[in-house]
Amino acid sequence: MAAIIENKRPITMRRKNMIQKLFYSVLMIITLVVVAFVFGIIIYLIVKGAGAITWEFLTQKPSSGMREGGIFPAIVGTLYLIIGTLLISLPIGIFAAIYLNEYANKNRLTRIIRLSIVNMSGVPSVVFGLFGLAFFVISLQFGKSILAGSLTLAFLILPVIITASEEALKAVPDTYRQASFALGASKWQTIIKVTLPQAFPGIITGSVIGIGRAAGETAPIIFTVAAFSQPNLPNSIFSQVMALPFHLYSLATQVTNPPEDKQWGTALVLLMMVLVFAIIGTALRTRARLRRKE
Amino acid sequence: MPVVTKMKISSRFKKFKVFLIKNFIFLNGILSIIILGVILALLIYNSIRFFSSYPVSSFFGGQKWSPTSDKFGFVPLLVGTLLTTFASILIAMPLGIGCAIYIGELAPKAIREILKPIIEVLATIPSVVIGFIGIKVVAPIIKDTFNLSIGLTALTGAVMLAFMSLPTIISISEDAINAVPNRYRYASLALGATKWETTYKVVVPTASSGMLAAVMLGLGRIVGETMTVLMLTGNSPRIVFSFLQPVRTITATIAAEMGETAQGGLHYSALFAIGLILFLITFAINFIGDSFINRIRKM
Repeated sequence: MAAIIENKRPITMRRKNMIQKLFYSVLMIITLVVVAFVFGIIIYLIVKGAGAITWEFLTQKPSSGMREGGIFPAIVGTLYLIIGTLLISLPIGIFAAIYLNEYANKNRLTRIIRLSIVNMSGVPSVVFGLFGLAFFVISLQFGKSILAGSLTLAFLILPVIITASEEALKAVPDTYRQASFALGASKWQTIIKVTLPQAFPGIITGSVIGIGRAAGETAPIIFTVAAFSQPNLPNSIFSQVMALPFHLYSLATQVTNPPEDKQWGTALVLLMMVLVFAIIGTALRTRARLRRKE
Repeated sequence: MPVVTKMKISSRFKKFKVFLIKNFIFLNGILSIIILGVILALLIYNSIRFFSSYPVSSFFGGQKWSPTSDKFGFVPLLVGTLLTTFASILIAMPLGIGCAIYIGELAPKAIREILKPIIEVLATIPSVVIGFIGIKVVAPIIKDTFNLSIGLTALTGAVMLAFMSLPTIISISEDAINAVPNRYRYASLALGATKWETTYKVVVPTASSGMLAAVMLGLGRIVGETMTVLMLTGNSPRIVFSFLQPVRTITATIAAEMGETAQGGLHYSALFAIGLILFLITFAINFIGDSFINRIRKM
């Protein structure tokens, strides 16, 4: 009897362990596939695109129907759009977060505001493009312009900015506010001089991630700002500009027989630009998280 | 006496200032509602214009989408969207949930801290870059593997879309796994279950509604994604029932055609009509996903 039990137990345990090992390996392989995909894209783009990136490529206008020259106007255009988007979405997002965290009561209106922020972040970017076209380009008569494009992108990333700002405001301890009130400061003075400066690093962190997203978006800018070819730099906020994502899309699908190296180079510059924002954002957040733990 | 009047003025001024500030902040607070309202209003307004000059039945029953001959049949776009989405979520689900289980349950802490930022980086890669890689790398592979004449098919788009939806699926699934109380795991281990048995008989069932929410929100991303499908699915608005044929999704149709159409024309309003349908589909999907998440939070 005893011998049988002793015999049986090791076998089932071994089987169980084998099943466990099998599934663990499967899960690990799945994770490796995902990680390999991310690194694969980045490394492949670097390998293929690095050769195309020269000083001329970064600082010259495209010529002969995009087949020669560089991508300077597209880089500048994307930078203008980033600045425009930040100038619009940052103040609106911060004040919206101040309203939600410092002023709003727990009532139905607040619930509806939160619901619409969540829903706004789920609206497909191409629908934002339709909105930007119908509202800013046509109704407000901004035309296809930096202004229309920045406004569209700003509302696209507004949910990110609001959420990040609210988190940052929430992290400011209430004792700070009470101390400020006790010194006779008004609510507004407290917000401007105490709460906001404390929350600002957190707000910037979240916003950097949102900006990275705006820089890489293509669908919302196709109808609101992006020009297929606009070699001259813009002279007002009502100018059209070239932008890196749209330029890459054009090179990949619209231009006939584009040189390979220009395509890979453009893709690499765009990816690097977006990754820089992502890395800064992630690094700042990790630092803040570590500091909070201490 | 003069002092009193001065105080009165300054206090009245202060009151006015507080009033201004309060309303200014309030305006920023409700701007999200306003913008969402404007988006919906513009979509509905243009859809009404479309349906007032194009019969509803030939839109929803129409089998041909051909703007040049004023034919706006929705069926091919719907089929294209469903095919791509279905293939994509079939790929994304095992990858996303598997990866989440690995990160949440198995990976040592140090590896977890490395994996999480990598997944976040995936979320920041622009869709046009993913589409570009798809054209250069994935499309040729699919063309050769299945002996096709062209590599731009529903499957090509679906593969890349699946990876794009992973950050959403992984992070929410992982949250759900982390939300499972440790005492459940200890109880299971104490009963003699192995670690793996604990994971798939206790942790996964407990976290399943969160995983469902994760898949729903990933689905929302897949349906709404534009550039990748525009570049990879072949841009052919025909009714096909194979993953290896070129298709055309709702999003790709809007992005491809809006630039070329005359503002205010029938084609223009038709694109808003399919935009409205897209909005409603993603709204419904995200609503279901979010309500699952809220239910978990209340637990």
